[in-house]
Amino acid sequence: MRIDDRATLADLACGAAFLGSGGGGDPYYSLLLAEAAFARSGGFDLIAASDLDDDALVAPCGWIGAPTVSVEKLPNGRETVTALRRLEQLTGRKIAAVMPVEIGGGNGLAPFIAAAELGVPVVDADGMGRAFPESQMVTFNMRGLSACPSVLTAACGSLAVIETQDNLTHERVARGLSVALGGIAHMVEYPLTGAQAKRDAIQGSVTSAIAIGAAIRHARAARRDPFTALADALKATGLYPHCQTLFDGKIVDLERETKGGFSIGKVIIDGFGDGGRMEVLFQNENLVARQDGKVRAMVPDLITIMDRETADTITTERLKYGQRVKVIAAAAPAMLREPAALAVVGPAAFGLGHDFTPIERLNQGEGA
Amino acid sequence: MRIGVDVGGTNTDAVLIDGRRVVASTKQPTTADVSSGVAAAITAILGQVSLSPTAITSVMIGTTHFTNALVERAHLDRVGILRLASPSGEALPPLTGWPAALVDQIGGTLFLLPGGYEVDGREISPFDAAKVRDAASACRDQGITSIAISSAFAPINAAMEEQAAAIVQAEYPEARISLSHAIGRLGLIERENGTILNAALTTLAGHVVTSFERALRDLGLNAPLYISQNDGTLISAAHAARYPVMTIGSGPTNSMRGAAFLTGVQDGIVMDVGGTTCDIGVLVNGFPRESSIAVDIGGVRTNFRMPDILAIGLGGGTRIHLDPALYPAERLDPASLTVGPDSVGYRITSEAYLFGGATLTTSDIAVAAGKASFGDPSRIPPLSAPVRDGIWTRIQAMLADGVDRMKTTRGDATIIAVGGGHFLVSDSLKGAAQVIRPPHADVANAVGAAIAQIGAQIEQIVDYATTPRDTALARLREEATARVVAAGGAADTIEIVDMEEVFLSYLPGRSAQVRMKAVGDLASPATAPAPAEVQHAH
Repeated sequence: MRIDDRATLADLACGAAFLGSGGGGDPYYSLLLAEAAFARSGGFDLIAASDLDDDALVAPCGWIGAPTVSVEKLPNGRETVTALRRLEQLTGRKIAAVMPVEIGGGNGLAPFIAAAELGVPVVDADGMGRAFPESQMVTFNMRGLSACPSVLTAACGSLAVIETQDNLTHERVARGLSVALGGIAHMVEYPLTGAQAKRDAIQGSVTSAIAIGAAIRHARAARRDPFTALADALKATGLYPHCQTLFDGKIVDLERETKGGFSIGKVIIDGFGDGGRMEVLFQNENLVARQDGKVRAMVPDLITIMDRETADTITTERLKYGQRVKVIAAAAPAMLREPAALAVVGPAAFGLGHDFTPIERLNQGEGA
Repeated sequence: MRIGVDVGGTNTDAVLIDGRRVVASTKQPTTADVSSGVAAAITAILGQVSLSPTAITSVMIGTTHFTNALVERAHLDRVGILRLASPSGEALPPLTGWPAALVDQIGGTLFLLPGGYEVDGREISPFDAAKVRDAASACRDQGITSIAISSAFAPINAAMEEQAAAIVQAEYPEARISLSHAIGRLGLIERENGTILNAALTTLAGHVVTSFERALRDLGLNAPLYISQNDGTLISAAHAARYPVMTIGSGPTNSMRGAAFLTGVQDGIVMDVGGTTCDIGVLVNGFPRESSIAVDIGGVRTNFRMPDILAIGLGGGTRIHLDPALYPAERLDPASLTVGPDSVGYRITSEAYLFGGATLTTSDIAVAAGKASFGDPSRIPPLSAPVRDGIWTRIQAMLADGVDRMKTTRGDATIIAVGGGHFLVSDSLKGAAQVIRPPHADVANAVGAAIAQIGAQIEQIVDYATTPRDTALARLREEATARVVAAGGAADTIEIVDMEEVFLSYLPGRSAQVRMKAVGDLASPATAPAPAEVQHAH
């Protein structure tokens, strides 16, 4: 599938924002970057992992850092290509394709610039199926693959090659480097073989994001309910088989603090009329939603807060007192619900006192 | 005594305020040259109370002029654009994502220069004076006098932007310079966009402000002139001439502030019903609640502070779509009725039934139902009571739905109904604890302009690990207060009305982005600095 038009990119940005589950940063700047790359180099091909040779070299790409910094310290534009060239030197191989390491938020669009400029395809897959706050929260780590060698680059031209024994140490080193380089950096990590990309990545997430964005766009144009369109589109992807509007209300309280370098907090939403009260806890991404004390959704299922009129995703950094929102939950891709995955990205991994229960069980009989 | 003027697309409204009392008001047609309409309105209110112009202490004007110029793409300057952030940001040069026609019109020439700051205050790259000087002379050679300068993290450190401005001004004295830190918040692209739009309005702003000043001078008014900005506060005329972009969006703000003043209500919902729409906004602490979504102006993304307004297509001229054969029906089939969203607008005085026309409008229904009294009720076609009341009930349901969508607290809200069509808001509106219709409701805009306050906002990233939170916030409070005083506010009236704290993910320690807004009443003329000395009040 050839992608070379603004409308498809905009759909992808909109869908990726939803899949970010409140995190991953606002994809607006990523969208502008991709449009600029398209203007220079044309578009790129989106291919299925099954189209790759088993021994092909696939490079997952993404940004690591603070979303608030990323809106002020903008990319130079050479970060991704420079890192990919170094990975080729390190491995002695040509890169056959790139892939977003996380589909959620701005990172869902991160590899497109390099794809357009290098003329390599983008694989229709990613390692998270959504957004997560830490780099080891990725299917490749869950399946026992190594993040290294990874290459971290920054706008100033600095480049670091990271080699660690384990993926958690890799996250800590990369996090420290990103802070030293001004709070935002680009990273090529978890270099994959074609066989690994087929087996260990979440397939179809890029086309799913495009379909979600297109559904919302068409609904808005036809003045139909964008949330119904969103739910239908999610189910149609096959990746996100259940979707539920958990709540509709107004933000009446917002508590945010920084612990361990993360934005941790909760938002309280009061329903319209006598609709009760919902509390959503977050660590960069939304982790758990409780209504009047009862859990309605939890990580790794997706919980996204959206503007109730426009269906624009509101990331956790942009939540504000008084916003009128809907809280939407979607089932995580099946790979994230496996026991080995839940150990890395389930409620326990975030210190929540719950065993994972899927949204379709938590909301039995509630209707879609 | 103060004069407040609202220059709208159709009408120029003016009010005269003595202390907290509205002593005169008028509505005059807006004129093409703006200034003669303003002069006519001021002359009319001074005539109503036979007052000498020397009794006026200040004049406040709200105008949609600059918004219209951007939307219509008329009277815009070409702009020389300097950005200090390289090598960061080269992938997203200025004007990325702008409508091509607007780029052709104002996109003069771009300079991506070294400079800018990191989030922790380090320099991205050293400032290069020679390159700034070269950019200035290139602009001069091309005859571009409007210059926009932005730099990474300028809202937390403006030093490089100011250094660059000094060099440009020395090299090119005719240049008129807009600086990003004076215009927007964090978010380089949106802030730079606002700075470029501002620079494009420079010449027009000079003309408009000069014509306001001339109108006042010709009337013998020596009082200082202030212009209302987006957030309901004031800036001096001299400042508005430099930063016209700060005034776009002042219209809805003024009507909400006016409604708050006329009723004394600090927290409630304002419904400004015009001919075509009902603008619904929320008053929090006497100020309009701001929008959370990025604001597009003329197709360009910005991050200005703008009031959060829900506009619904329901005003005094809104059409009622119902088959005339059903007017006398014994019951109203809900499926057969549509209210709006189209409107006869200003043609209501010829097209509505009660003015001799042949269109059924919301005003006809209100008069038929005895909720308002104007026009000639005998010209309204006979409507059965169930049909008339059914339509009225539908109008109330639409208004109530709008109110519910804007409410932020549970329970019924105080509603303030203003604007020429305020009679459409029923006293028993669902969700309303009470509906207040203040006197002078039809000129609430001009009242809002007259009673506006001086405000200042600051935004900074603070690390609570190095500076305790209480100390840091106290320091910011002092600085915000000092900025209000510098901009002409009376020190003893200043309070912090809004505080927002966003902790930065992934950074070590406890780093937060804090935004604080302070407002105060305008100091009396004896103590206020002259407008030319007024500091920028962002």
